[in-house]
Amino acid sequence: MVSGGAFAEAGADLELREIHKRFPGFTAIESLDLTIPAGSFFALLGPSGCGKTTTLRLVAGLEQPTSGQILIGGKDVTNVKPYRRPVNTVFQSYALFPHMTVLENVAFGLKRRRIADPTRKAHEALELVELDHLAQRKPQQLSGGQQQRVALARAVVNRPALLLLDEPLGALDLKLRRQMQLELKNIQQEVGLTFLHVTHDQEEAMTMADTVAVMNKGEIEQMGSPEELYELPKTVFVANFLGQSNLFTGDVRGDNGDTIVVEVAGVPVAVPKARAQRHRGLVTIGVRPEKLLLHPSRPEPAAGVNVLGPGRVIDVSFTGVSTQYTVAVPGIGEVIVFAQNMVFGPVVQAGAEVWVSWRVEHGFGLADELPDDGDRFIDDTTTGGIAQQTKEELLEELEEG
Amino acid sequence: MAFAAFGGGGAAAATANEPVHLRGGWVAVGLLAPGLAYLLLFFLAPLVSLLMTSLQVAPEGAGKGEYVPGFEWSNYATAISTYWPHILRSFGYALTATVAALLVGYPIAYFIGVTARKWPLVQALALTLVIAPFFISFLLRTLAWKQILGDNGWIAQTLHSLGWLPSDQNIVGTDFSVIFGLTYNFIPFMVLPIYTSLERLDRRYLEAGNDLYARPSTTFWRVTLPLSLPGVVSGTLLTFIPAAGDYINASQIYLGSINTAMVGNVIDRTFLESQEYPIAAALSVLLMGIILVIVAIYVKRSGTEDLG
Repeated sequence: MVSGGAFAEAGADLELREIHKRFPGFTAIESLDLTIPAGSFFALLGPSGCGKTTTLRLVAGLEQPTSGQILIGGKDVTNVKPYRRPVNTVFQSYALFPHMTVLENVAFGLKRRRIADPTRKAHEALELVELDHLAQRKPQQLSGGQQQRVALARAVVNRPALLLLDEPLGALDLKLRRQMQLELKNIQQEVGLTFLHVTHDQEEAMTMADTVAVMNKGEIEQMGSPEELYELPKTVFVANFLGQSNLFTGDVRGDNGDTIVVEVAGVPVAVPKARAQRHRGLVTIGVRPEKLLLHPSRPEPAAGVNVLGPGRVIDVSFTGVSTQYTVAVPGIGEVIVFAQNMVFGPVVQAGAEVWVSWRVEHGFGLADELPDDGDRFIDDTTTGGIAQQTKEELLEELEEG
Repeated sequence: MAFAAFGGGGAAAATANEPVHLRGGWVAVGLLAPGLAYLLLFFLAPLVSLLMTSLQVAPEGAGKGEYVPGFEWSNYATAISTYWPHILRSFGYALTATVAALLVGYPIAYFIGVTARKWPLVQALALTLVIAPFFISFLLRTLAWKQILGDNGWIAQTLHSLGWLPSDQNIVGTDFSVIFGLTYNFIPFMVLPIYTSLERLDRRYLEAGNDLYARPSTTFWRVTLPLSLPGVVSGTLLTFIPAAGDYINASQIYLGSINTAMVGNVIDRTFLESQEYPIAAALSVLLMGIILVIVAIYVKRSGTEDLG
């Protein structure tokens, strides 16, 4: 597949057809179909153990699918060895060769493919990540962020048709991560490769990728542009994993042509039909916290506005740009409201009686029947999340062993 | 002093008026003392004695084994001119045995350290098998090989009957049997350090190599082998040094013959039988010196300092 002495002309598209991957004792990926157009920056987003890293390893050729096909640039590479695939990976652990200098690391792939003038090209790649002055150092003499950039240079220098990024920014501190996100995006636009980025960081996925696929339990829940996923999530999982959502469950009571009316704890709530996945029966609807408005008194009923309340403000937390209000509404539960800090100090104090409203067109209806039991807001620090992570680590060890 | 160092001595030292580094220094000296005394008594003193012996001279009309202190540098010339074939043979054997042990030992170490990671039980069993020979005396094992390779053993008989080995030739007592014995006896010393290096080898480096267009064989030569080099260097040193000085395998009682005598056998004979102490001592010093030089060059060239 990879012919010696030549770079890929441009990014290639990636197609996964009916991929299944089973490990002894569990299924990592269940019937995955995915097409990533050439030249795009695609993010696979999901929690630990959702199968995203396995997907990446399948594309790299480091794992074999149990069944299904992998096509890169239209060519079936399912049975092609990893060293023959036009793919390079930036590993989560960087995996820089400790016995080689930074320059030798970057030139490694070029030399294997007998590309002319590997040293000069390696220097150029190091200049791209602004590390050429450290070319003669050993990887262990560099900081985590520098190592990450070397790993990136080592992959990008080969101009692979497809570049795989396995949570490459996970080990960096926040500031460096922001910087690297922008740098990655620039590099991708500059060299025009297809990037497949795997991450559990929703913010990272949203800032960097053109298209985000949210993965859960070995399947893709929803795919689309970051805006689309955020503004119109289709499942409870997506609504909660990508940002926060207020979710309500109720029966569909009426149909006003363009909208459906859902009865939530006795209050009619309208949702546009075009934004609802299901139009009858018991449905879950939601709205993003920043779309909500707080009212100290009952607002006048108006067309195109949903109102819930009265409720009581039970928590006010200042987050800088906005203030987060938690409102307990009887019969409904807690509703989260983000309000921009247009004035100094909170608009209402904890304990105040308030109503919340939002414009009908901001609501969305989900495909799930009921919200997942347990927390409505997925939190990395819950014991469930930790247990899931530990399980994945163990499984990874097993895979490696 | 030593007790203070172990039992919360750190806290005491920090509060005491006397400088911390001084107290630490005395503790270190105290802990080192037994080892230093041991080295002084059992290494340095014999070494000086050996050097002095190598320069002794036989007075006029002295009997067998009678020498007086002197500065007879010609002992070295005599030792070299008489026994250079044995010296050469020693290093030839040791080198061949080291290479053979590396060729046999590396795959074993790789299997235990990398391939068998999936099966901890297999790994433990294989390691035990590598170490198991140490439960039986080195001499007994070498004698056992003499039996196995001997004229009445099934190997020699089979080879004779197949006509692959002429009927007037043996296995025991040849270059082959001595090198075989050396290789066999030192394989564990080769396997264990290499295993230790490979066991720590991160498989992700291999995946990275694979991802960067290196086929498995290239990944081995470019990544695996260089990363296991510290183990290879220790293994080869642990094999080469004792093999060069070995006199069991090459002795006539074990796997050797008159034609396979190594420096060790010569030293053994000149010292204990012909009692030419200065020559035996000179040979010992020469052997030590040559090994030191070879090892120094080897370690420097393989650059183990860098690998740490």
